[in-house]
Amino acid sequence: MRKLLIGTVLLALGAGSPAYANLNVFACEPEWAALATEIGGNKVSVYAATTGVQDPHQIQARPGLIARARNADISVCTGAELEIGWLPAILAQTSNQKIRPGAPGSFEASNFVNLLEVPARLDRAEGDIHAQGNPHIQTDPNNILKVAKPMADRFAQLDPANAATYAMRLADFTTRWQAALAKWQAQAAPLKGVPIAVGHLSWRYMEDWLGLKRIVALEPKPGVPPSSGYLAQVVDTLQKNPAKMVIRSAYEDDRPSLFIADRVHLKAVVMPFTVGGTPEAKDLFGLYDDTINRLLAAAKG
Amino acid sequence: MFRVPEPVKIPIWSLAGIGMFCAATPAMAAPADPLATIRDEISKLRQDYEMKIKDLEDRLQKAEADAEAAKASAAAAQEAQKTAAAAPPPPPAAPIPEPPPQQRAPTSLNAFNPGIAAVLNGFFVAASHDPSASSIPGFALGDSAQGLPRGFSLGESEVNVTANIDPFTLGWLNLSFGSDNSVSVEEAYIQTTSLGSGLTLRAGRFFSGIAYLNERHAHDWSFSDASLPYRVFLNSQYGDDGIQARWLAPTNIFLELGVELFRGDSFPAGGAANKGIGTVTAFAHAGADINDSSSWLAGLSYLRTRSDKRGDSAGDIFSGTDDIGIATLVYKWAPDGNPTRRNLILSGEYFYGHENGFFNGIPVDYNHMGWYAQAVYQFMPRWSVGLRYAQLRTDDLGPALAGTTLDDLGRIPRAVSGLLEFDTSEFGRFRLQYSHDDSDVRPLDQVLLQYTVIYGPHPAHRY
Repeated sequence: MRKLLIGTVLLALGAGSPAYANLNVFACEPEWAALATEIGGNKVSVYAATTGVQDPHQIQARPGLIARARNADISVCTGAELEIGWLPAILAQTSNQKIRPGAPGSFEASNFVNLLEVPARLDRAEGDIHAQGNPHIQTDPNNILKVAKPMADRFAQLDPANAATYAMRLADFTTRWQAALAKWQAQAAPLKGVPIAVGHLSWRYMEDWLGLKRIVALEPKPGVPPSSGYLAQVVDTLQKNPAKMVIRSAYEDDRPSLFIADRVHLKAVVMPFTVGGTPEAKDLFGLYDDTINRLLAAAKG
Repeated sequence: MFRVPEPVKIPIWSLAGIGMFCAATPAMAAPADPLATIRDEISKLRQDYEMKIKDLEDRLQKAEADAEAAKASAAAAQEAQKTAAAAPPPPPAAPIPEPPPQQRAPTSLNAFNPGIAAVLNGFFVAASHDPSASSIPGFALGDSAQGLPRGFSLGESEVNVTANIDPFTLGWLNLSFGSDNSVSVEEAYIQTTSLGSGLTLRAGRFFSGIAYLNERHAHDWSFSDASLPYRVFLNSQYGDDGIQARWLAPTNIFLELGVELFRGDSFPAGGAANKGIGTVTAFAHAGADINDSSSWLAGLSYLRTRSDKRGDSAGDIFSGTDDIGIATLVYKWAPDGNPTRRNLILSGEYFYGHENGFFNGIPVDYNHMGWYAQAVYQFMPRWSVGLRYAQLRTDDLGPALAGTTLDDLGRIPRAVSGLLEFDTSEFGRFRLQYSHDDSDVRPLDQVLLQYTVIYGPHPAHRY
């Protein structure tokens, strides 16, 4: 029995010996996993803690996540309390000094973007509000660029040996991204002023980026599922101020949005929201290509 | 959007003040004779200061002008960007330098105040007879192994106070207020936060890390009460004063090993034997994801305790050793890893115990075992149903112990429970539970209604 136990431990240790990559990145969301890969290339080994069809607010603190966080050199997360329901539980069980809040290995993308919709009143009676503002910054590709530079700097700080690589890859990414931004801006010109309805209040940054006009949200308060009474109000609002479409992310419950689409005859659009949210959103570039394509297709009709 | 560094504020009044002070002092101190020289010097000084002030004012104006210019150029750049957007894709422009937004401090629970959270619990129990006076033939029970009283009762209300103490330790205090107005220190421990290498040490009073549910507080259990094996083997939940070391292996599958030493003052231990180190435990937990939708956790735990005149709820006295082994298996499923809409949790544990010593002075050496299996299914957002089955068995101890607490009367204690739960949010829960408990001579049927709410910065729950 004892021999067996020791054998198991040794086997486990062997399996956990340092990977070939220099930096172990624990990315809370797929968009940051994708960006870390763009910047780090083969110098980093990236683990995405969530997939594109998962709700990043609500994740179980699963054993697999704890094991990955235990071995991370850096965590790359949105921050602004998006992960407050699960990340603290994981960190508490890993005792990994490198990624504890405030450590150089704790990278929070929302620190590098001016957050909008900072609540005026902090009270759980207001629903699932985020004290620091709306955390869904990745819906605007300009924010990706704002995060890319500090991320490259942080990689370089933690892994000085590859600093030149990170700087080079950042420069390359920046060039490609700026070209893509200009392309998206041009493609999305017809979307300016298009009225929309949204599911969860996830889209503020995209609305600003593309000039979309949000008429109404299907949630009475953030994170609170709509009651039938509230949906009746939404129908009323949309009859007075028609919208072109109602958008939601892949992880959201489709029923409220399909109900509304049926009642007031508008299109229900599933958006990628993040990398992997739709089959087309394979990487960061694909994410915004697909975002614009889907919006354009819905706005046309 | 653009932040321009604020122009330096020049405290002009202070310069003037210094000037006046300097001007006044020599006049009073000097004799009247070389008055002209002094006047000259004063006027020189004055000119000097005026020039300096003028210079500073110029710099201030320039800084303000620069700020305006920066704003204007930013606006122009934005305009340019907008026009560029409308036109066919231009060659990529040089990035507009943008000062980074102000850094926000990473969120801590409540700045430098400890995070304080409250858990409130309330029950209504309807039962065929009083569950708080039940016994389980064949098993010695601790003081927390029995059911709730009938009618309305306040469950345990808890207050947690936690914070980092310094860069190396955190503190956790959990006060529990019983429905009888008693206050008890349920947990009070310090824990290392920065040993690294996956190692964590803990000292104080805490729930042992053995088994699956033992470490979780009762409000975090899927059912309103502890299952039969937890009740008889661990007095619902084993907590004691002691130390703990846990190590998380650097593997991609979760593997955690832990050992603990306890005082041995709470059931199944008693009397703080062995000079106050009455209990030793060891446990191993392993777990991983199977795919995006499902994951598992398995565990093996061992507890050995020596008791010195341990009492039980029937007034018996036991001295001797208990060895308890526990095997745990948990499986969780949530479509695509989104538990809020639908999820399933299957869990089961097997307990094996060996007791050796003197029971009311009679030598005993026997085995007992128990297991439970449960399933909780959230079939739509906020609504769950659950089912649990539990069973115990003990050795036949022969005529020497016939008629005592350890005489199982030839019965196999078993219980089945079902639940329906509605969550108002992740912080509020209402639960209806029905149990048919066949562990006592008279079967007990009971209906429990429970609410549980949590408010304050309560840490997210474990897996």
